[in-house]
Amino acid sequence: MKFDLATLRALIAGDHHADRVVPPSGFTAQLTVFAAAAMAFLAVFALALSLAAGRLAERWGEELARSATIRIVAPLDQRAAQTDAALRILETTKGVASARALSDAEQQALLAPWFGADLALDSLPVPRLIEVIEDSDGMDPAGLRLRLAAEVPGAVLDDHSRWRAPLVQAASRLRLLGWVSIALITTAVAAMITLAANAALAANAQVIAVLRLVGATDEYIALAFIRRFTLRALSGAAGGAALGMLAVLLLPSASETGGFLTGLGFKGAHWLWPICIPILAGIVAFAATRAAARRTLRELA
Amino acid sequence: MIELENVAYSYGGGELLSDISLKLAPGSFHFLTGPSGAGKTTLMRLCYGALLPTAGHVRLFGADARGLSRDDIAVVRRRVGVVHQDVQFLNHLSVTENIALPLTVSGRHSEAKGGDLDELMSWVGLTNRADAMPPELSGGERQRAALARAVIVSPDVVLADEPTGNVDWEMSQRLLRLLIELNKMGKTVLIATHDLSLIRATKAHVQARVLRIANRRIQLAGADL
Repeated sequence: MKFDLATLRALIAGDHHADRVVPPSGFTAQLTVFAAAAMAFLAVFALALSLAAGRLAERWGEELARSATIRIVAPLDQRAAQTDAALRILETTKGVASARALSDAEQQALLAPWFGADLALDSLPVPRLIEVIEDSDGMDPAGLRLRLAAEVPGAVLDDHSRWRAPLVQAASRLRLLGWVSIALITTAVAAMITLAANAALAANAQVIAVLRLVGATDEYIALAFIRRFTLRALSGAAGGAALGMLAVLLLPSASETGGFLTGLGFKGAHWLWPICIPILAGIVAFAATRAAARRTLRELA
Repeated sequence: MIELENVAYSYGGGELLSDISLKLAPGSFHFLTGPSGAGKTTLMRLCYGALLPTAGHVRLFGADARGLSRDDIAVVRRRVGVVHQDVQFLNHLSVTENIALPLTVSGRHSEAKGGDLDELMSWVGLTNRADAMPPELSGGERQRAALARAVIVSPDVVLADEPTGNVDWEMSQRLLRLLIELNKMGKTVLIATHDLSLIRATKAHVQARVLRIANRRIQLAGADL
Protein backbone atom coordinates (compact mmCIF):
# COMPACT_ATOMS: atom_id res chain seq x y z
CA MET A 1 0.00 0.00 0.00
CA LYS A 2 1.80 3.14 -1.13
CA PHE A 3 0.85 6.76 -0.55
CA ASP A 4 1.92 9.33 -3.12
CA LEU A 5 0.78 12.81 -4.11
CA ALA A 6 -2.21 11.41 -5.99
CA THR A 7 -3.31 9.59 -2.85
CA LEU A 8 -2.93 12.76 -0.79
CA ARG A 9 -4.96 14.66 -3.39
CA ALA A 10 -7.65 11.98 -3.25
CA LEU A 11 -7.66 12.24 0.54
CA ILE A 12 -8.16 16.00 0.48
CA ALA A 13 -10.60 16.09 -2.43
CA GLY A 14 -12.63 13.19 -1.07
CA ASP A 15 -14.93 10.83 -2.88
CA HIS A 16 -18.55 10.74 -1.82
CA HIS A 17 -19.02 7.20 -3.10
CA ALA A 18 -15.82 5.92 -1.50
CA ASP A 19 -16.84 7.53 1.80
CA ARG A 20 -20.13 5.64 1.69
CA VAL A 21 -18.66 2.15 1.36
CA VAL A 22 -17.76 2.15 5.06
CA PRO A 23 -20.91 2.11 7.22
CA PRO A 24 -21.56 5.16 9.39
CA SER A 25 -20.51 4.58 13.00
CA GLY A 26 -22.72 7.11 14.82
CA PHE A 27 -21.93 7.41 18.52
CA THR A 28 -18.26 6.36 18.31
CA ALA A 29 -17.70 8.99 15.63
CA GLN A 30 -19.00 11.66 18.00
CA LEU A 31 -16.69 10.37 20.75
CA THR A 32 -13.68 10.71 18.45
CA VAL A 33 -14.65 14.27 17.54
CA PHE A 34 -15.21 15.14 21.21
CA ALA A 35 -11.89 13.60 22.34
CA ALA A 36 -10.03 15.48 19.59
CA ALA A 37 -11.75 18.72 20.62
CA ALA A 38 -10.87 18.24 24.31
CA MET A 39 -7.25 17.44 23.48
CA ALA A 40 -6.96 20.50 21.24
CA PHE A 41 -8.46 22.71 23.96
CA LEU A 42 -5.81 21.46 26.42
CA ALA A 43 -3.08 21.83 23.81
CA VAL A 44 -3.96 25.52 23.36
CA PHE A 45 -3.39 26.11 27.08
CA ALA A 46 -0.16 24.12 27.09
CA LEU A 47 0.97 26.19 24.12
CA ALA A 48 0.00 29.47 25.85
CA LEU A 49 1.90 28.38 28.97
CA SER A 50 4.95 27.41 26.98
CA LEU A 51 5.06 30.60 24.93
CA ALA A 52 4.44 32.84 27.99
CA ALA A 53 7.17 31.04 29.94
CA GLY A 54 9.48 31.45 26.97
CA ARG A 55 8.80 35.19 26.86
CA LEU A 56 9.41 35.45 30.59
CA ALA A 57 12.70 33.54 30.44
CA GLU A 58 13.87 35.72 27.58
CA ARG A 59 12.90 38.97 29.31
CA TRP A 60 14.47 38.02 32.63
CA GLY A 61 17.57 36.77 30.88
CA GLU A 62 17.98 39.93 28.79
CA GLU A 63 17.17 42.43 31.51
CA LEU A 64 19.35 40.92 34.18
CA ALA A 65 22.18 39.35 32.29
CA ARG A 66 23.90 42.62 31.31
CA SER A 67 23.58 44.56 34.52
CA ALA A 68 25.12 44.54 38.01
CA THR A 69 24.89 46.70 41.13
CA ILE A 70 27.57 47.90 43.52
CA ARG A 71 26.51 48.91 47.04
CA ILE A 72 28.77 51.34 48.88
CA VAL A 73 28.29 50.67 52.59
CA ALA A 74 30.44 53.22 54.39
CA PRO A 75 30.11 55.95 57.03
CA LEU A 76 28.42 59.07 55.66
CA ASP A 77 31.64 61.11 55.52
CA GLN A 78 33.43 58.43 53.45
CA ARG A 79 30.56 57.40 51.18
CA ALA A 80 31.13 59.97 48.44
CA ALA A 81 34.85 59.29 48.29
CA GLN A 82 34.38 55.54 48.10
CA THR A 83 31.70 56.00 45.42
CA ASP A 84 34.10 58.05 43.31
CA ALA A 85 36.81 55.46 43.83
CA ALA A 86 34.51 52.66 42.74
CA LEU A 87 33.47 54.62 39.63
CA ARG A 88 37.14 55.19 38.75
CA ILE A 89 37.82 51.47 39.01
CA LEU A 90 34.78 50.74 36.83
CA GLU A 91 36.02 53.18 34.16
CA THR A 92 39.10 51.03 33.71
CA THR A 93 37.38 47.67 34.07
CA LYS A 94 37.20 45.61 30.90
CA GLY A 95 33.67 44.63 29.93
CA VAL A 96 31.94 47.57 31.61
CA ALA A 97 30.02 49.69 29.12
CA SER A 98 28.82 52.34 31.60
CA ALA A 99 28.50 52.90 35.30
CA ARG A 100 26.74 55.62 37.28
CA ALA A 101 25.78 56.27 40.88
CA LEU A 102 22.08 56.52 41.48
CA SER A 103 20.92 59.97 42.61
CA ASP A 104 19.17 60.53 45.93
CA ALA A 105 15.89 60.94 44.08
CA GLU A 106 16.30 57.61 42.31
CA GLN A 107 17.17 55.81 45.54
CA GLN A 108 14.23 57.46 47.25
CA ALA A 109 11.94 56.22 44.47
CA LEU A 110 13.26 52.68 44.90
CA LEU A 111 12.49 52.74 48.63
CA ALA A 112 9.19 54.60 48.35
CA PRO A 113 7.03 51.42 48.16
CA TRP A 114 8.28 50.40 51.61
CA PHE A 115 9.03 53.68 53.43
CA GLY A 116 6.83 56.19 51.66
CA ALA A 117 7.68 59.10 49.38
CA ASP A 118 8.82 61.44 52.18
CA LEU A 119 11.75 59.36 53.34
CA ALA A 120 14.81 61.39 54.32
CA LEU A 121 17.79 59.36 53.10
CA ASP A 122 20.13 61.20 55.46
CA SER A 123 18.31 59.78 58.48
CA LEU A 124 18.97 56.15 57.48
CA PRO A 125 22.20 54.24 56.81
CA VAL A 126 21.19 53.62 53.21
CA PRO A 127 24.10 52.48 51.01
CA ARG A 128 24.87 54.35 47.79
CA LEU A 129 24.02 52.28 44.71
CA ILE A 130 26.04 52.18 41.50
CA GLU A 131 24.39 50.76 38.40
CA VAL A 132 26.81 48.90 36.13
CA ILE A 133 25.93 48.04 32.52
CA GLU A 134 28.13 45.48 30.85
CA ASP A 135 29.10 45.46 27.18
CA SER A 136 28.56 42.50 24.91
CA ASP A 137 31.79 40.79 26.07
CA GLY A 138 30.73 40.93 29.72
CA MET A 139 32.97 41.67 32.69
CA ASP A 140 34.87 39.42 35.06
CA PRO A 141 32.94 39.73 38.37
CA ALA A 142 35.58 37.83 40.39
CA GLY A 143 38.39 40.14 39.23
CA LEU A 144 36.30 43.23 39.87
CA ARG A 145 35.46 42.00 43.39
CA LEU A 146 39.16 41.63 44.18
CA ARG A 147 39.96 45.13 42.94
CA LEU A 148 37.05 46.65 44.88
CA ALA A 149 38.06 44.77 48.04
CA ALA A 150 41.55 46.23 47.76
CA GLU A 151 40.64 49.82 46.97
CA VAL A 152 37.04 50.37 48.11
CA PRO A 153 36.48 48.44 51.35
CA GLY A 154 32.79 49.41 51.58
CA ALA A 155 31.88 48.18 48.06
CA VAL A 156 29.81 45.05 47.55
CA LEU A 157 29.31 43.78 43.97
CA ASP A 158 26.03 42.07 43.15
CA ASP A 159 26.01 40.69 39.58
CA HIS A 160 22.37 39.34 40.00
CA SER A 161 23.50 35.81 39.19
CA ARG A 162 22.46 34.56 42.60
CA TRP A 163 18.76 35.10 41.93
CA ARG A 164 18.74 35.47 38.16
CA ALA A 165 19.78 31.90 37.37
CA PRO A 166 16.99 30.12 39.31
CA LEU A 167 14.35 32.46 37.81
CA VAL A 168 15.50 31.93 34.26
CA GLN A 169 15.82 28.19 34.92
CA ALA A 170 12.30 28.06 36.37
CA ALA A 171 10.87 29.87 33.34
CA SER A 172 12.80 27.59 30.99
CA ARG A 173 11.53 24.51 32.81
CA LEU A 174 7.99 25.85 32.59
CA ARG A 175 8.42 26.31 28.86
CA LEU A 176 9.75 22.76 28.55
CA LEU A 177 6.82 21.48 30.60
CA GLY A 178 4.44 23.16 28.14
CA TRP A 179 6.09 21.45 25.17
CA VAL A 180 6.17 18.10 26.98
CA SER A 181 2.44 18.52 27.64
CA ILE A 182 1.82 19.16 23.92
CA ALA A 183 3.88 16.07 23.05
CA LEU A 184 1.88 13.98 25.53
CA ILE A 185 -1.41 15.33 24.18
CA THR A 186 -0.27 14.48 20.63
CA THR A 187 0.65 10.96 21.73
CA ALA A 188 -2.70 10.58 23.49
CA VAL A 189 -4.52 11.68 20.31
CA ALA A 190 -2.50 9.14 18.30
CA ALA A 191 -3.35 6.39 20.80
CA MET A 192 -7.02 7.33 20.87
CA ILE A 193 -7.29 7.44 17.06
CA THR A 194 -5.40 4.13 16.76
CA LEU A 195 -7.82 2.46 19.18
CA ALA A 196 -10.85 3.90 17.42
CA ALA A 197 -9.51 2.99 13.96
CA ASN A 198 -8.63 -0.54 15.09
CA ALA A 199 -12.12 -0.98 16.50
CA ALA A 200 -13.70 0.36 13.30
CA LEU A 201 -11.57 -1.87 11.07
CA ALA A 202 -12.27 -4.96 13.19
CA ALA A 203 -16.00 -4.21 13.24
CA ASN A 204 -15.97 -3.86 9.46
CA ALA A 205 -14.05 -7.05 8.60
CA GLN A 206 -17.07 -8.27 6.65
CA VAL A 207 -17.27 -5.01 4.70
CA ILE A 208 -13.56 -5.28 3.91
CA ALA A 209 -14.07 -8.87 2.65
CA VAL A 210 -16.87 -7.73 0.33
CA LEU A 211 -14.83 -4.78 -0.95
CA ARG A 212 -11.88 -7.06 -1.69
CA LEU A 213 -14.12 -9.56 -3.44
CA VAL A 214 -15.33 -6.87 -5.86
CA GLY A 215 -11.81 -5.65 -6.61
CA ALA A 216 -11.07 -2.88 -4.12
CA THR A 217 -7.37 -2.29 -3.49
CA ASP A 218 -6.01 -2.02 0.03
CA GLU A 219 -5.25 1.63 -0.66
CA TYR A 220 -8.88 2.30 -1.55
CA ILE A 221 -10.14 0.56 1.59
CA ALA A 222 -7.54 2.22 3.82
CA LEU A 223 -8.30 5.67 2.38
CA ALA A 224 -11.98 5.30 3.22
CA PHE A 225 -11.06 4.81 6.89
CA ILE A 226 -8.15 7.29 6.91
CA ARG A 227 -10.25 10.06 5.42
CA ARG A 228 -13.02 9.45 7.93
CA PHE A 229 -10.75 9.56 11.00
CA THR A 230 -8.60 12.41 9.70
CA LEU A 231 -11.66 14.57 9.11
CA ARG A 232 -13.08 13.72 12.54
CA ALA A 233 -9.81 14.61 14.28
CA LEU A 234 -9.40 17.75 12.16
CA SER A 235 -12.92 19.04 12.77
CA GLY A 236 -12.90 18.16 16.48
CA ALA A 237 -9.48 19.73 17.01
CA ALA A 238 -10.50 22.86 15.06
CA GLY A 239 -13.50 23.34 17.36
CA GLY A 240 -11.45 22.64 20.50
CA ALA A 241 -8.63 24.96 19.44
CA ALA A 242 -11.11 27.74 18.61
CA LEU A 243 -12.69 27.42 22.06
CA GLY A 244 -9.24 27.35 23.67
CA MET A 245 -8.19 30.52 21.83
CA LEU A 246 -11.40 32.21 22.92
CA ALA A 247 -10.74 31.21 26.53
CA VAL A 248 -7.17 32.55 26.34
CA LEU A 249 -8.47 35.75 24.77
CA LEU A 250 -10.84 36.24 27.70
CA LEU A 251 -8.04 35.93 30.27
CA PRO A 252 -7.15 39.23 32.06
CA SER A 253 -4.56 41.20 30.13
CA ALA A 254 -0.96 41.34 31.34
CA SER A 255 -0.21 43.80 34.16
CA GLU A 256 2.74 44.53 36.42
CA THR A 257 0.81 43.59 39.55
CA GLY A 258 -0.64 40.42 38.04
CA GLY A 259 2.81 39.13 37.18
CA PHE A 260 3.14 35.92 35.22
CA LEU A 261 -0.46 34.71 35.51
CA THR A 262 -1.97 37.67 33.68
CA GLY A 263 0.72 37.39 31.02
CA LEU A 264 -0.48 33.87 30.12
CA GLY A 265 -1.64 34.17 26.53
CA PHE A 266 -0.54 34.81 23.00
CA LYS A 267 1.11 37.94 21.69
CA GLY A 268 1.30 39.06 18.05
CA ALA A 269 2.31 36.30 15.69
CA HIS A 270 2.02 33.77 18.49
CA TRP A 271 -1.75 33.77 17.79
CA LEU A 272 -0.94 31.80 14.64
CA TRP A 273 0.51 28.91 16.63
CA PRO A 274 -2.83 27.45 17.85
CA ILE A 275 -3.94 27.20 14.21
CA CYS A 276 -1.26 24.50 13.86
CA ILE A 277 -3.02 22.34 16.47
CA PRO A 278 -5.89 21.07 14.22
CA ILE A 279 -3.41 20.54 11.39
CA LEU A 280 -1.18 18.55 13.75
CA ALA A 281 -4.24 16.56 14.94
CA GLY A 282 -5.13 15.81 11.31
CA ILE A 283 -1.59 14.65 10.52
CA VAL A 284 -1.50 12.49 13.67
CA ALA A 285 -4.91 10.97 12.83
CA PHE A 286 -3.79 10.33 9.25
CA ALA A 287 -0.61 8.56 10.38
CA ALA A 288 -2.32 6.59 13.18
CA THR A 289 -5.21 5.42 10.97
CA ARG A 290 -2.86 4.58 8.12
CA ALA A 291 -0.69 2.44 10.41
CA ALA A 292 -3.77 0.72 11.90
CA ALA A 293 -5.29 0.14 8.43
CA ARG A 294 -2.06 -1.30 7.02
CA ARG A 295 -1.70 -3.67 9.96
CA THR A 296 -5.35 -4.80 9.91
CA LEU A 297 -5.52 -5.23 6.14
CA ARG A 298 -2.32 -7.29 6.23
CA GLU A 299 -3.79 -9.48 8.97
CA LEU A 300 -7.08 -9.88 7.10
CA ALA A 301 -5.34 -10.83 3.83
CA MET B 1 -7.00 -17.22 -18.68
CA ILE B 2 -6.98 -19.20 -15.46
CA GLU B 3 -4.70 -22.18 -15.29
CA LEU B 4 -3.88 -24.56 -12.47
CA GLU B 5 -0.85 -26.76 -12.89
CA ASN B 6 -0.20 -29.67 -10.49
CA VAL B 7 -1.77 -27.64 -7.70
CA ALA B 8 -1.97 -28.91 -4.14
CA TYR B 9 -3.52 -27.14 -1.20
CA SER B 10 -3.08 -28.12 2.43
CA TYR B 11 -4.72 -26.69 5.50
CA GLY B 12 -4.31 -27.60 9.17
CA GLY B 13 -1.90 -30.41 8.39
CA GLY B 14 -4.23 -32.17 5.92
CA GLU B 15 -4.10 -32.02 2.13
CA LEU B 16 -7.42 -30.84 0.66
CA LEU B 17 -6.41 -30.82 -2.98
CA SER B 18 -3.66 -32.75 -4.71
CA ASP B 19 -2.12 -32.61 -8.17
CA ILE B 20 -4.91 -30.54 -9.69
CA SER B 21 -4.48 -29.37 -13.25
CA LEU B 22 -7.17 -27.30 -14.89
CA LYS B 23 -7.37 -24.76 -17.67
CA LEU B 24 -10.28 -22.38 -18.09
CA ALA B 25 -10.06 -21.33 -21.72
CA PRO B 26 -11.82 -18.17 -22.97
CA GLY B 27 -15.54 -18.75 -23.57
CA SER B 28 -15.60 -22.21 -21.99
CA PHE B 29 -18.27 -23.51 -19.63
CA HIS B 30 -17.35 -25.82 -16.74
CA PHE B 31 -19.16 -27.52 -13.94
CA LEU B 32 -17.24 -28.50 -10.84
CA THR B 33 -18.96 -31.16 -8.86
CA GLY B 34 -18.27 -33.45 -5.98
CA PRO B 35 -19.53 -34.22 -2.48
CA SER B 36 -19.68 -31.59 0.24
CA GLY B 37 -16.24 -30.94 1.69
CA ALA B 38 -14.47 -32.28 -1.41
CA GLY B 39 -12.72 -28.94 -1.95
CA LYS B 40 -14.91 -27.23 -4.59
CA THR B 41 -14.92 -23.89 -2.76
CA THR B 42 -11.19 -24.13 -2.09
CA LEU B 43 -10.56 -24.71 -5.78
CA MET B 44 -12.77 -21.73 -6.66
CA ARG B 45 -10.85 -19.54 -4.19
CA LEU B 46 -7.58 -20.59 -5.78
CA CYS B 47 -9.03 -19.45 -9.11
CA TYR B 48 -9.42 -15.84 -8.03
CA GLY B 49 -6.37 -15.44 -5.83
CA ALA B 50 -8.14 -15.64 -2.47
CA LEU B 51 -5.88 -18.61 -1.65
CA LEU B 52 -2.40 -19.52 -2.80
CA PRO B 53 -1.46 -23.14 -3.58
CA THR B 54 0.91 -24.95 -1.25
CA ALA B 55 2.40 -26.70 -4.30
CA GLY B 56 2.15 -26.25 -8.04
CA HIS B 57 1.24 -23.08 -9.92
CA VAL B 58 -1.88 -21.00 -10.39
CA ARG B 59 -1.70 -18.65 -13.34
CA LEU B 60 -4.20 -15.81 -13.39
CA PHE B 61 -4.31 -14.15 -16.80
CA GLY B 62 -0.74 -15.23 -17.45
CA ALA B 63 0.76 -14.21 -14.11
CA ASP B 64 1.79 -16.64 -11.37
CA ALA B 65 -0.51 -15.96 -8.41
CA ARG B 66 2.41 -16.25 -5.98
CA GLY B 67 4.11 -13.26 -7.60
CA LEU B 68 1.06 -11.01 -7.41
CA SER B 69 0.80 -8.25 -4.80
CA ARG B 70 -2.50 -7.63 -3.02
CA ASP B 71 -3.14 -4.72 -5.41
CA ASP B 72 -2.48 -7.01 -8.38
CA ILE B 73 -4.98 -9.50 -6.93
CA ALA B 74 -7.52 -6.66 -6.68
CA VAL B 75 -7.04 -5.96 -10.38
CA VAL B 76 -7.49 -9.68 -11.15
CA ARG B 77 -10.78 -9.65 -9.26
CA ARG B 78 -12.09 -6.96 -11.58
CA ARG B 79 -11.68 -9.53 -14.36
CA VAL B 80 -13.26 -12.36 -12.38
CA GLY B 81 -16.86 -12.06 -11.20
CA VAL B 82 -17.57 -14.22 -8.17
CA VAL B 83 -20.94 -15.42 -6.87
CA HIS B 84 -21.05 -17.31 -3.58
CA GLN B 85 -23.84 -19.37 -2.08
CA ASP B 86 -23.76 -17.19 1.04
CA VAL B 87 -23.53 -13.94 -0.81
CA GLN B 88 -22.52 -10.89 1.26
CA PHE B 89 -23.66 -7.35 0.63
CA LEU B 90 -23.01 -4.01 2.30
CA ASN B 91 -26.24 -3.73 4.24
CA HIS B 92 -26.09 0.08 4.54
CA LEU B 93 -26.19 0.48 0.76
CA SER B 94 -29.17 -0.10 -1.51
CA VAL B 95 -29.35 -3.02 -3.94
CA THR B 96 -28.37 -0.74 -6.82
CA GLU B 97 -25.42 0.68 -4.92
CA ASN B 98 -24.28 -2.85 -4.04
CA ILE B 99 -24.52 -3.97 -7.64
CA ALA B 100 -22.53 -0.90 -8.71
CA LEU B 101 -19.87 -1.51 -6.04
CA PRO B 102 -17.25 -3.02 -8.43
CA LEU B 103 -17.51 0.15 -10.53
CA THR B 104 -17.31 2.36 -7.43
CA VAL B 105 -14.16 0.73 -6.06
CA SER B 106 -12.44 0.91 -9.44
CA GLY B 107 -13.15 4.64 -9.80
CA ARG B 108 -15.78 4.16 -12.52
CA HIS B 109 -18.86 5.10 -10.55
CA SER B 110 -20.05 7.49 -13.27
CA GLU B 111 -20.67 4.41 -15.44
CA ALA B 112 -23.19 3.17 -12.88
CA LYS B 113 -25.73 5.71 -14.03
CA GLY B 114 -27.97 5.44 -16.99
CA GLY B 115 -29.06 2.76 -19.40
CA ASP B 116 -26.46 0.06 -18.79
CA LEU B 117 -27.29 -0.32 -15.11
CA ASP B 118 -31.04 -0.23 -15.81
CA GLU B 119 -30.55 -2.89 -18.46
CA LEU B 120 -28.57 -5.04 -16.05
CA MET B 121 -31.20 -4.65 -13.33
CA SER B 122 -33.85 -5.62 -15.84
CA TRP B 123 -31.75 -8.60 -17.05
CA VAL B 124 -31.63 -10.06 -13.53
CA GLY B 125 -35.24 -9.06 -12.87
CA LEU B 126 -34.55 -6.63 -10.03
CA THR B 127 -35.80 -3.38 -11.54
CA ASN B 128 -38.53 -3.04 -8.95
CA ARG B 129 -36.08 -3.83 -6.10
CA ALA B 130 -33.48 -1.23 -7.05
CA ASP B 131 -33.93 0.91 -3.94
CA ALA B 132 -34.47 -1.98 -1.52
CA MET B 133 -31.87 -2.73 1.15
CA PRO B 134 -30.13 -6.15 1.00
CA PRO B 135 -31.79 -7.63 4.13
CA GLU B 136 -35.16 -7.09 2.42
CA LEU B 137 -34.26 -9.42 -0.49
CA SER B 138 -35.34 -13.05 -0.80
CA GLY B 139 -32.77 -15.81 -1.40
CA GLY B 140 -33.33 -15.81 -5.17
CA GLU B 141 -33.18 -12.02 -5.36
CA ARG B 142 -29.91 -12.04 -3.41
CA GLN B 143 -28.37 -14.53 -5.85
CA ARG B 144 -29.50 -12.50 -8.85
CA ALA B 145 -28.18 -9.30 -7.28
CA ALA B 146 -24.87 -11.09 -6.64
CA LEU B 147 -24.75 -12.19 -10.26
CA ALA B 148 -25.46 -8.64 -11.44
CA ARG B 149 -22.69 -7.35 -9.13
CA ALA B 150 -20.30 -10.01 -10.49
CA VAL B 151 -20.84 -9.07 -14.13
CA ILE B 152 -21.27 -5.28 -13.97
CA VAL B 153 -17.60 -4.66 -14.82
CA SER B 154 -17.91 -7.12 -17.72
CA PRO B 155 -15.40 -9.65 -16.36
CA ASP B 156 -13.73 -12.27 -18.52
CA VAL B 157 -14.58 -15.08 -16.11
CA VAL B 158 -17.59 -15.78 -13.88
CA LEU B 159 -17.10 -18.15 -10.95
CA ALA B 160 -20.31 -19.27 -9.24
CA ASP B 161 -19.99 -21.34 -6.07
CA GLU B 162 -23.26 -23.21 -5.40
CA PRO B 163 -25.26 -20.30 -6.84
CA THR B 164 -28.52 -22.24 -6.58
CA GLY B 165 -27.91 -23.68 -3.13
CA ASN B 166 -30.41 -21.43 -1.36
CA VAL B 167 -33.12 -21.11 -4.02
CA ASP B 168 -36.01 -23.21 -5.31
CA TRP B 169 -35.93 -25.15 -8.59
CA GLU B 170 -37.63 -22.44 -10.65
CA MET B 171 -35.20 -19.81 -9.44
CA SER B 172 -32.23 -22.12 -10.00
CA GLN B 173 -33.31 -22.51 -13.63
CA ARG B 174 -33.60 -18.78 -14.00
CA LEU B 175 -30.09 -18.27 -12.59
CA LEU B 176 -28.75 -21.01 -14.84
CA ARG B 177 -30.28 -19.31 -17.90
CA LEU B 178 -28.52 -16.08 -16.92
CA LEU B 179 -25.17 -17.88 -16.61
CA ILE B 180 -25.69 -19.58 -19.99
CA GLU B 181 -26.46 -16.19 -21.52
CA LEU B 182 -23.21 -14.85 -20.09
CA ASN B 183 -21.32 -17.75 -21.64
CA LYS B 184 -22.95 -17.03 -24.98
CA MET B 185 -21.67 -13.47 -24.63
CA GLY B 186 -18.18 -14.96 -24.54
CA LYS B 187 -17.60 -15.15 -20.80
CA THR B 188 -15.84 -18.13 -19.26
CA VAL B 189 -18.11 -19.72 -16.68
CA LEU B 190 -17.25 -22.13 -13.87
CA ILE B 191 -20.08 -23.35 -11.66
CA ALA B 192 -19.41 -25.40 -8.54
CA THR B 193 -22.45 -27.47 -7.65
CA HIS B 194 -23.47 -30.83 -6.33
CA ASP B 195 -26.88 -30.49 -8.03
CA LEU B 196 -26.74 -32.89 -11.01
CA SER B 197 -30.16 -31.76 -12.30
CA LEU B 198 -28.62 -28.37 -12.90
CA ILE B 199 -25.94 -29.96 -15.05
CA ARG B 200 -28.50 -31.97 -16.99
CA ALA B 201 -30.63 -28.88 -17.57
CA THR B 202 -27.65 -27.14 -19.16
CA LYS B 203 -27.21 -29.90 -21.72
CA ALA B 204 -29.70 -28.54 -24.18
CA HIS B 205 -28.24 -25.05 -24.24
CA VAL B 206 -24.47 -25.16 -24.07
CA GLN B 207 -21.47 -27.44 -24.33
CA ALA B 208 -20.06 -27.80 -20.86
CA ARG B 209 -17.32 -29.83 -19.24
CA VAL B 210 -18.05 -31.55 -15.98
CA LEU B 211 -15.17 -31.90 -13.57
CA ARG B 212 -15.52 -33.97 -10.45
CA ILE B 213 -13.38 -33.67 -7.36
CA ALA B 214 -12.90 -36.96 -5.57
CA ASN B 215 -10.12 -38.11 -3.27
CA ARG B 216 -8.50 -34.66 -3.47
CA ARG B 217 -8.04 -34.96 -7.23
CA ILE B 218 -9.97 -33.73 -10.24
CA GLN B 219 -11.51 -36.14 -12.67
CA LEU B 220 -13.39 -35.68 -15.89
CA ALA B 221 -16.87 -36.87 -14.96
CA GLY B 222 -17.82 -38.03 -18.37
CA ALA B 223 -18.19 -36.95 -21.96
CA ASP B 224 -18.94 -33.30 -22.70
CA LEU B 225 -22.61 -32.64 -22.20
